[in-house]
Amino acid sequence: MTAPVLEVRDLVMVYGEGDARVRALRGVSLTVEKGDYVAIMGASGSGKSTLMNILGCLDVPTSGAYLVDGTDVGALNEKQLAILRNRKIGFVFQSFNLIPRMSALANVELPMAYGGVGAAERRARALAALEQVGLSDRIHHEPNELSGGQQQRVAVARALVTSPALLLADEPTGNLDSRSTEDVLEILDGLSASGRTIVIITHEDDVAAHAKRVVRLVDGRIVEDRRQAPAEGLPPRMAVRKSTMTGTMTGTMTGTMTGTAADTAAGAEAAG
Amino acid sequence: MSPLEILRFALRGLAANKLRSFLTTLGILIGVAAVILLVAFGEGASQSIQQSIQRLGANTLTVSASFAGGGGGFGGGGGVRQSGPRTQARQLTLEDARALADPEQAPSVKSVSPVVTANSSAAVHEGASHTISQLVGTYPSYFEATNKPVETGTYFVNDDVLAARKVMVIGKTVAEALFGAVSPVGRQVSVSGVPFTVVGVLKESGSSGMQDADDVAVVPLPAVQQSLTGFGPLGSIIVQATGAETADSAQAEVTAILDQRHGITPTGTADYRILNQAALQETVSSTIGVFTTLLGAVAAISLLVGGIGITNIMLVTVTERTREIGIRKAIGAPRGAILGQFLVESTVLSLVGGLSGLAVAFAGTRFTIAGIEPVLVPSSIVLALGVSVGIGLFFGSYPANRAAKLRPIQALRHE
Repeated sequence: MTAPVLEVRDLVMVYGEGDARVRALRGVSLTVEKGDYVAIMGASGSGKSTLMNILGCLDVPTSGAYLVDGTDVGALNEKQLAILRNRKIGFVFQSFNLIPRMSALANVELPMAYGGVGAAERRARALAALEQVGLSDRIHHEPNELSGGQQQRVAVARALVTSPALLLADEPTGNLDSRSTEDVLEILDGLSASGRTIVIITHEDDVAAHAKRVVRLVDGRIVEDRRQAPAEGLPPRMAVRKSTMTGTMTGTMTGTMTGTAADTAAGAEAAG
Repeated sequence: MSPLEILRFALRGLAANKLRSFLTTLGILIGVAAVILLVAFGEGASQSIQQSIQRLGANTLTVSASFAGGGGGFGGGGGVRQSGPRTQARQLTLEDARALADPEQAPSVKSVSPVVTANSSAAVHEGASHTISQLVGTYPSYFEATNKPVETGTYFVNDDVLAARKVMVIGKTVAEALFGAVSPVGRQVSVSGVPFTVVGVLKESGSSGMQDADDVAVVPLPAVQQSLTGFGPLGSIIVQATGAETADSAQAEVTAILDQRHGITPTGTADYRILNQAALQETVSSTIGVFTTLLGAVAAISLLVGGIGITNIMLVTVTERTREIGIRKAIGAPRGAILGQFLVESTVLSLVGGLSGLAVAFAGTRFTIAGIEPVLVPSSIVLALGVSVGIGLFFGSYPANRAAKLRPIQALRHE
């Protein structure tokens, strides 16, 4: 068994001093194996965004260990951190965070430019990634010429174009309508099915239902860690979709909530 | 991350805000153009003044009487006499001039020309009249010493001086005023009723400063003394040294001879003064040098202001693009790439400003302003361009550093 993609031990994050002291994380330990699809859930103030920023190497925890692909992040200097962010982690933000006045293609090429990939290969990989998210006809559009859903798909393409070990998505559907939400989640499902490790932060049960594993945070502590599907298999929704099409329930599903949501999605698929 | 890539990002960043980039560039443009132009004008002025000094004659010493000092050896110098005219001060005489021409005592002296000047003499020729501002009575060596070649006709010669012939070499302005287009050579001009025959016309030397150097007439010394000024003291003695190197030794020799003849002790004040053309030239060029430096300094200040403009604009840009910087960092931009991008942006701004400033300066130096033809000084071009690039790097480094140092999480949260 290879090293887990993600391993955090006793993460503590404290903001501020004295009376203004806020303990955002109070000892979080979590291990994510390769190919897993984890949803981190929690109300606002539960510390999930703080956790996300630490997992993405954007912030440094007050204490605790963090390993990405077996590398201890705490021991890295700034330059090495930049390389780690570039090679190992793909980011999808709630507010898309595309660079304005740069075409979709240029945005997707950007991480490879920082990674030192040659121009020709960069172009080819960016086009492939955009095709994967279904935006081949929009490559020369700038972010302000794209809809929210399209922008988020560009962001997903940008996150996966470097083939990162870990895809981090911070409320990726928070700013999207239900139709675009479905599009983006479907793409994430597909990526998970192809073996990509995904960690998604959300407060919507609907979104969490797509994950193979749900981790619930309350007040900076993990209160629930529930597996919905095996890490090596298909994500639950795809499994359901597949079984509906073949006419047999595989029986991997547990929990009524997930089941109902899956039925709705399957129904939409059948109608479409 | 190749440097080319960084340059591409930088150019894209600049193109995103064209007006702002243009205005910032303008600041540097004006600074660089001002430095190069003002230094070029300073240099032009310096050269033109040097030329007009040289026109007065090279390697010459002008000895003139000075009443500020008195000779020693005359007793009875009471305090009462201090304010009155120094009767004991001696004028320059023809004998002084002859003594200076002695090749044994003054080996560095090539020629000596005693000069008597009559100012504002009315000259008439067939009804046309003109006031000659300088009527000079002298020896033929005067022409060479003061660099006044004859254009048409001839010089007068030593025989003319000995015979006190009333012949005259006139300047261009006088020739035009009295004769118009007609050749003046061989014609008569009467100055204060005394008829002179024009034998030559001087080559035009151009006006130097306020005085028209061509409004002049040169006649043999005795002729002007006889008819106009009388046989009084000399106005000045023009001494030509044998070469530029001997000008100083010639001055020493002249001083020695005159001190002896006028009875001036080493501690006494001389009753004459010597104007050394070479020394004058040196003084003038150092003065002009100071002015050029001052002009350059003023222009350099505008270059500095332009540089501060770059810092200002880059700071605004960094603040405005904080979020973008955060995104770039989140997707793995190393610190060097961010630093490079903003440094290149500011350097491109200042370099483009510098180059266009150079173009403006080149265009500007094609014009003659206030009679001064600007002369481009290569070192000022190199300096101004180098400084403008340096300004981009220096004034851009603070904002660029600030951008590079941003923590990604703070940058991303920035609205």
